[in-house]
Amino acid sequence: MNKTEKKELAKKFYTIMYRTRRFEQEVFEFYKRGLMPGLAHLYLGEEAVATGVCEVLEDRDYIGSTHRGHGHLVARGADLNLMMAEILGKETGYSKGKGGSMHIMAPDKGILGANGIVGGGIPIATGAAYGSQVKGTNEVSIAFFGDSASNEGTFHESVNMAAAWNLPVVYVIENNLYGISVDIRRVTKEHRLSTRAIGYGIPGITVDGNDVFAVYEAAKKAVERARAGEGPSIIECLTYRWQGHHVGDPGTYRPQEEVEEWKNNEPIKKLEELNLLTTDEIQEIKNIVEMEVENACKFAEESPYPKEEEAFEDVFVK
Amino acid sequence: MQKMLYREAICQALDEEMARDKNVFIMGEDVGVIGGNFKCTAGLRDKYGDLRCKDTPIAEQGFIGMCVGAAITGLRPVPELMFGDFMLVCMDQIANQMAKITYMSGGKVHVPMTIRMPIGGGRSSAAQHSQTPIAMVANMPGMKVVMPSNGYEAKGLLKAAIRDNNPVIFMEHKMMYTTECEIPEEEYLIPIGKANVSREGTDITVVATSIMVGFALKAAEELVKDGISVEVIDLRSIVPWDKETVINSVKKTGKLLIIDEGHESFGISGEICLTVMQDTFYDMDVPVMRMGTKDVPLPFSPALEFPIIPDKKKIVAKIREMV
Repeated sequence: MNKTEKKELAKKFYTIMYRTRRFEQEVFEFYKRGLMPGLAHLYLGEEAVATGVCEVLEDRDYIGSTHRGHGHLVARGADLNLMMAEILGKETGYSKGKGGSMHIMAPDKGILGANGIVGGGIPIATGAAYGSQVKGTNEVSIAFFGDSASNEGTFHESVNMAAAWNLPVVYVIENNLYGISVDIRRVTKEHRLSTRAIGYGIPGITVDGNDVFAVYEAAKKAVERARAGEGPSIIECLTYRWQGHHVGDPGTYRPQEEVEEWKNNEPIKKLEELNLLTTDEIQEIKNIVEMEVENACKFAEESPYPKEEEAFEDVFVK
Repeated sequence: MQKMLYREAICQALDEEMARDKNVFIMGEDVGVIGGNFKCTAGLRDKYGDLRCKDTPIAEQGFIGMCVGAAITGLRPVPELMFGDFMLVCMDQIANQMAKITYMSGGKVHVPMTIRMPIGGGRSSAAQHSQTPIAMVANMPGMKVVMPSNGYEAKGLLKAAIRDNNPVIFMEHKMMYTTECEIPEEEYLIPIGKANVSREGTDITVVATSIMVGFALKAAEELVKDGISVEVIDLRSIVPWDKETVINSVKKTGKLLIIDEGHESFGISGEICLTVMQDTFYDMDVPVMRMGTKDVPLPFSPALEFPIIPDKKKIVAKIREMV
């Protein structure tokens, strides 16, 4: 990659990561003001993973997401207005208020859906890949999921079939070390989760999940391999969530030094330290993103709630 | 008319739909090379290739979930679960994913898949291979539940299920796969949600599903000599079910007997009884009765299994009690 290309990418990465960061911070604000029903699981601190991976994809590719899915959705180009409205339970949201934070689906963007069941989205993303094999097209499918989801049976079943049949799918493990309060190292023997790939006969790699370029490079290789019909790969991205499991979880089970260390090595700061962008360029990006996020908040707050009768619609389609 | 076995009628339905729409594909354990554990997919892999008639590893959560993913990206999967009991192995993908994705997406995302499975007891397959788990899927909004009563019904209903843009649970009775049926040469579909009055009568309404329809019809035949006129209604589908046809019948006969092979307690008979009773309470002569599998896990020994599942003899006795 030459300097110009790298700079262009840096601009894109910064934009998307900052957009995700600010969006999530505003979700938290809505929560604190009591305007957000239920809970949200924020992507703060993990922005580089979704950003780096999604930049590799074509419009026609698919992503499967998780309960911690806002980052994937923003990186894939989902509409911030529709996202925020959905998170607030408004009629104008992606699912007309029926799904909420954990079930946002945007088929026009290849977003198979955020998912409330840990590990539940892995077979679904794998199936989208199977479908593209049946169709004879070569869309690639990305399955995003966490370290703890990799202990669900759905991970094993999906990766095994994808490997056996060379499905065009990439498995991205977002290893943020915790499944709610449980440190993955207490419940798993082999901590380097990407080594599971060996058992399936496919490539596996572990990268610094807070280094957006490292994520991008690994994803590029894996997506190219998948698209060429050579089968799946596992990319383990080491990262960390700033907050607890959800907006109401103080996360006191994590040592303060650990949290501080990761916050000092957070993805946006690491990108700034590469000095690829000038202060002015960064400020310009921030100004634009602030407008977008402000508009999304305004749109969501001013949108109406759905009417009671709507609860009975959309169970079945024609 | 063609004479064939129930399982061949299923196979013909699949063949016709796969020929008609290249997005239809089959997936499941042993469905490909050997044409299915019960031979319902015989010859399809040779005709349509490996990708569209895929032998899977033993991984129900995995392959049913994969079918959900394929369905939401433009395909029309028709996976097979080798036994309906194995729904329990992959219940998350069925009930939390397949059935709820359309609603959770505000109607944006469609899941046009049909899961086929054999259900029912009667051949000493014991507790984990003989269940009729209708109630658990009927009770969860978001999926249609269809139970054909014979080979003719099976073909028409399966074609309709495959063309339906919603998830369908398609329950075939394993004891019926080798029964004979007559299939028209011309193409036909049977709409989901419309019950069939299999036999008209005036003294009692018998609502039945799946293999019980045949038993009820045989019982009705036997009762003719006693001067009892039995109306048999084949529900065909549990979700949605044809309340109107049943209500109209009970208004006529004043008596209702519900027969299905699910466990009696907390099963679909309670649901049917309550719904029908609300519109026919003052037309009823006797309390509603029901017959189902008794509330025990299905035992292995025929000496134990046969007494706990309804059959023609028990149905005749029950009707005599009521009329």
